[in-house]
Amino acid sequence: MAKELLKGNVAIAEAAVRYGLEAYFGYPITPQTEMLEYLSKRMPELGRVFVQAESELGAVNMVYGAACTGARVMTSSSSPGISLMMEGLSYIAGTELPAVLVDVMRGGPGLGNIAPSQQDYNQITHGGGHGDYYPIVLAPASIQEAIDYIGLAFDLSEKYRSLAVLLIDGSLGQMMEPAELPEMQPVRAAYPHWAARGATGRGRIVHTSIYLNPIEQEKTNFRILSRWREVQANEVRFKEYYLDDAEYAIIAFGTAGRVALSAVRAARAAGIKVGLLRPITLAPFPGNAVRELAKRVQSLLVVEMNNGQMVDDVLANIHDQTPVEFYGRPGGNVPLADEILAEIERIVKGKLTLNGHPRDRWLDRMLTKS
Amino acid sequence: MDMLGEETIVYERPATLTDLSSHYCPGCTHGIAHRLAAEVLDEMNFRERTIGVASVGCSVFAYNYFNFDFVQAPHGRAPAMATGVKRVLPDRIVFTYQGDGDLASIGMGEIVAAAARGENITVIFINNANYGMTGGQMAPTTLPGQVTTSSPTGRDIEVAGFPIRVSEMLSSLDGAAYVVRRSLHDPKNIRLAKKAIRAAFEVQARGLGFSMVELLSTCPTNWGMTPVDAIHWLETKMLPYYPVGDYKVGPAVAEIKI
Ligand SMILES: Cc1ncc(C[n+]2csc(CCOP(=O)(O)OP(=O)(O)O)c2C)c(N)n1
Ligand code: SF4
Repeated sequence: MAKELLKGNVAIAEAAVRYGLEAYFGYPITPQTEMLEYLSKRMPELGRVFVQAESELGAVNMVYGAACTGARVMTSSSSPGISLMMEGLSYIAGTELPAVLVDVMRGGPGLGNIAPSQQDYNQITHGGGHGDYYPIVLAPASIQEAIDYIGLAFDLSEKYRSLAVLLIDGSLGQMMEPAELPEMQPVRAAYPHWAARGATGRGRIVHTSIYLNPIEQEKTNFRILSRWREVQANEVRFKEYYLDDAEYAIIAFGTAGRVALSAVRAARAAGIKVGLLRPITLAPFPGNAVRELAKRVQSLLVVEMNNGQMVDDVLANIHDQTPVEFYGRPGGNVPLADEILAEIERIVKGKLTLNGHPRDRWLDRMLTKS
Repeated sequence: MDMLGEETIVYERPATLTDLSSHYCPGCTHGIAHRLAAEVLDEMNFRERTIGVASVGCSVFAYNYFNFDFVQAPHGRAPAMATGVKRVLPDRIVFTYQGDGDLASIGMGEIVAAAARGENITVIFINNANYGMTGGQMAPTTLPGQVTTSSPTGRDIEVAGFPIRVSEMLSSLDGAAYVVRRSLHDPKNIRLAKKAIRAAFEVQARGLGFSMVELLSTCPTNWGMTPVDAIHWLETKMLPYYPVGDYKVGPAVAEIKI
């Protein structure tokens, strides 16, 4: 298929359709709403299910019901709506069902604003809903990747009976760039053995997340964790840029990673040996890759569009062996490549330290600047 | 002693109920409501087509007693979950089984929206004037002056407001095709309740829209009464506040002959 000029939200929605999406349930919220609007026309056209729910509570529980039938199902929202969905996401995880969620993050906390942000990293990758569960989280940095990874999200979520989240920021949802959509694939014809679709000629199937006997609940917790270990062993994905001879490395995901790549190129042009590691799976986190990288470079710079959330996962993986610096723009701001370049230059020139938390040093710099 | 001739079975467990003794308290009318639903689904031969949605409350384990596919919803969200199932599988019979805390308090948004959409599902709504599972707290349906564990001096309408008459409220929605209230306090009313449940499933099978049967029920344990006193309390206290009746019978529904 040829490349077309596509808007992020619309591209994800159409890609989901072509990957066999059978049912979509959603609620309007900027900067995600185009997905809902697009699918309100597209799904009925194809005889598939679309419902504008009464709220994100409604939407996520419709997803829950549809997931019980084994259908390929999805919802999308943005930060405040995702918070409202957390109850249902925990239930879906506790029932061990596949479902796909797209979170087009905006600024916050609270109502915040509608500008691009990465504020939901902790909420999405480290839980959000109650209990021990682990969604698979994919972070594209371009519309092409968003198209590709929504397909991957369905496949992984069904393979591991797990939630899969496509985590993007508002700018990826809203911008347009050339990208190639997949061919239309048929909706599945056969359903998994656990699908509750009516007990025709068989015993009943029950989907529930309640295990009153703590021993049974514990077994379920172990089963979910074992499945997660398989995900960790097999599904870690990341991209590396200019790392072969790098003396310094940036770690950044999504849009922050994309801007960081521009900064890396500018720094390389100025003779600085810096590279970039861009996690694609935020969960499972590429901890081994980060650890190996940390051994090879003089310093790591973590860049995020928040107050420093992934940086804690980086620190947890490198055990203080390498100095880490942080640069972030929270509140719905996208860092400029020049800002990141200035950080690279500062690190190259400056004294590196293992003392204190990189977030504290960053905040002091930001507060004295403003 | 050969006074008995050949045995004829006059009463047995409906095929869609499992062979288990339930966890419901002695005298609780949840068991009657289960049996009525099962008898109707048997009569309509719907076992293989039905997917139930259990809610959070004493009936959370309803799926242990019904012998067909079941899913279990978060507190109050059963109508949304049922919507997800029904939209994907429009030719299946989908029903929720919800208590009054579940449906009329935490889940009021979901039930109103489902009814307004004319969602083609059936709701069996157990109104027992309190939260049973958590130990008898005040529910939206608790009567003025009724003592519960969270209204120890009786529901004070100045502070806690008024009970919600759910059937009356939902009947105002155009999407609701069939909304009725019945009571489980004596055999005659139980028979009428069964007929209403049958009508509700007929409405769904014909694709006529949202159907709900509210069932006035007892909770002897949390009301602190014997089962017999509880039945009497339902009849004398609840019935006047929550009259049985047909609150919405859409024109197409009125033509159904059972
Ligand atoms: C989100 C959430 N809040 C509260 C509870 C605790 N809870 C469990 S059952 C219940 C009340 C159920 O009462 P009702 O719906 O009237 O059903 P009954 O037990 O009387 O049949 C509550 C509040 C819960 N499980 N989930
Ligand atoms: S607590 Fe009340 S509603 Fe629950 S089973 Fe016992 S009597 Fe029935």
